[in-house]
Amino acid sequence: MNMPLSLSAFIPVLPEIFLVCMAIILVVVDFSYPRNREMLGQFTLYSGLGVILFLFCQKPGIAFGSMFIVDSYSVFFKMICLFGMIMTILLSVQYLKVEQIRQGEYFSLMAFSVVGMMIMASAADLIVVYLGLELMALSIYCLVGLLKDDARANEASIKYFLMGGFSSAVLLFGITLLYGMTGTTDMAGIASYCSQNAILSNPALMVGAILVLCGFFFKIGAAPFHFWSPDIYQGSPTSITAFMSVAPKAAGFAVIGRFLLMAFPESHGQWGSLLVVIALLSMAVGNILAISQTNVKRMLAYSSIAHAGYALLGILSGTSEGYSSTMNYLLIYGFMNMGAFGVVILLCSKESRRESLEDYKGLAKTNPMAAFLMLIFMFSLTGIPPTAGFIGKFYLLKAALVAGYTLPVIIAVIFSAISAYFYLRLVRYMYMDDPREDFVAHYSPGLTTALVISAAGVIGIGIIPGSLLDWAARSLVGF
Amino acid sequence: MSGLYLPKEYLAILLFIVLGVGFGVVTLWIGQFFRMKRPYFEKLVAYESGNPPTDEPRMRFSVKFYLIAILFIVFDVEAIYLYSWALVYDKLGMFALVEMFIFIALLLVGYFYGWKKGALQWEK
Repeated sequence: MNMPLSLSAFIPVLPEIFLVCMAIILVVVDFSYPRNREMLGQFTLYSGLGVILFLFCQKPGIAFGSMFIVDSYSVFFKMICLFGMIMTILLSVQYLKVEQIRQGEYFSLMAFSVVGMMIMASAADLIVVYLGLELMALSIYCLVGLLKDDARANEASIKYFLMGGFSSAVLLFGITLLYGMTGTTDMAGIASYCSQNAILSNPALMVGAILVLCGFFFKIGAAPFHFWSPDIYQGSPTSITAFMSVAPKAAGFAVIGRFLLMAFPESHGQWGSLLVVIALLSMAVGNILAISQTNVKRMLAYSSIAHAGYALLGILSGTSEGYSSTMNYLLIYGFMNMGAFGVVILLCSKESRRESLEDYKGLAKTNPMAAFLMLIFMFSLTGIPPTAGFIGKFYLLKAALVAGYTLPVIIAVIFSAISAYFYLRLVRYMYMDDPREDFVAHYSPGLTTALVISAAGVIGIGIIPGSLLDWAARSLVGF
Repeated sequence: MSGLYLPKEYLAILLFIVLGVGFGVVTLWIGQFFRMKRPYFEKLVAYESGNPPTDEPRMRFSVKFYLIAILFIVFDVEAIYLYSWALVYDKLGMFALVEMFIFIALLLVGYFYGWKKGALQWEK
């Protein structure tokens, strides 16, 4: 066995190493210079931007004996995760003061969880996938529970930890079965062993693959593995909810896509029928249960279950158009969801969190700008043109239709119409009801920047979708 | 033949599970025919493993115990890696030395974090 003695073997992992160093520096600075905590957010923001630049310049490569692959597919997903982190930091500056959360741990844990996601996006070996997944999940368990005195946050953290531990166990059991049948945890190795020995329809192998997929479905919050998300989305700090709804989801999709395409490229018929059930169930559960919610964060949690279902349509079609449309949709979802949570944070103040739907009544009269932004994001989440949500959904449905999944597409469109009810109900509250209290939202520079970026992204991609789609399609070349 | 793929190497494990479970079940079952069955109160209370319980088992512990346990992990993990590393150290050379120092430095950061946050102080 030859050891990777030269330093050039580490070049593909440099962005991750850089981010780990940043996260450690954040912790050290936090406990050695307690007075300069205001700078920590900016420091994390700039290091995140630095990693994005790094990724743009990075050449494709492999590290650790092909366990870790850097290709444009992984870079695309890493960009989404870093985008999620940067937007969350912008959203956090004001929110952390309102909720009085300790800053050093907050930013450091966020950076660590993004490192986990980046490892997941690049992993070509199931053990490395698990490593990244746990790094991501453990950091997020702590982030969810950062509001120590809040009973709901504690409940959310413990629940997430127990459910997450359970899903990890399921995932590991699946990995052991796959290892037992094929003698390797390397995804490409599993595929070649299966095709050489013709064991694709072996029941133990199939159970293993399904258990592994169940572990991943838990992470993206697809039904019937969604039950954790409403409580946890509602209980955690709102900025963390925004982060959780975008970045870990993207990392989960990256892993699902790579796992299906690298480990089981030949059995598309089998996993296709499994994914149809999951996708349709997620849309049904998400969209129908969201109707009866009275809390905005809870409503957005169910909406994120439904959107996981839509995004699965692309992977399910198994074509490169399908994959690029899923990648595309996850980025678009990042823009619109970050925006929507940004408005939720904007309304939050020391006196009241204003998370109930009733608090949005008459918002157009008291805060016209906030109401207008929320209108844009709600339209986009519904999928109304000319917003990005429409473009994203259009390409997903088109890819699934071309791949021959006509009935799932029809059902998806019906559920999309149902979703209009609860998204537009919020808009109706804001524009057609009378305000309950006279309240003026306070715009901080970070929050304003985040809202402007999200709104510009949602409208910009909605009007000129070409370049983003090209980028997503180009990312798949050579995968 | 694709559905009939059965790895032979795992046969021993299967046999072991069957024999292990079977031994327990069969001895209890056969014992039923020979032993007397006359239960009374003293026979049914917990014995050999201590006194009868006086309190609820779900009492609360101070969170300090958990902190100590977590800090213990820092050194525990270090020891596991150092041990296996030391066994093959002469074959790995300079690279492994640097690697191990990076690892120890990372653990030390965690240790100092706990220290600074007061996890080592029993009474504040």
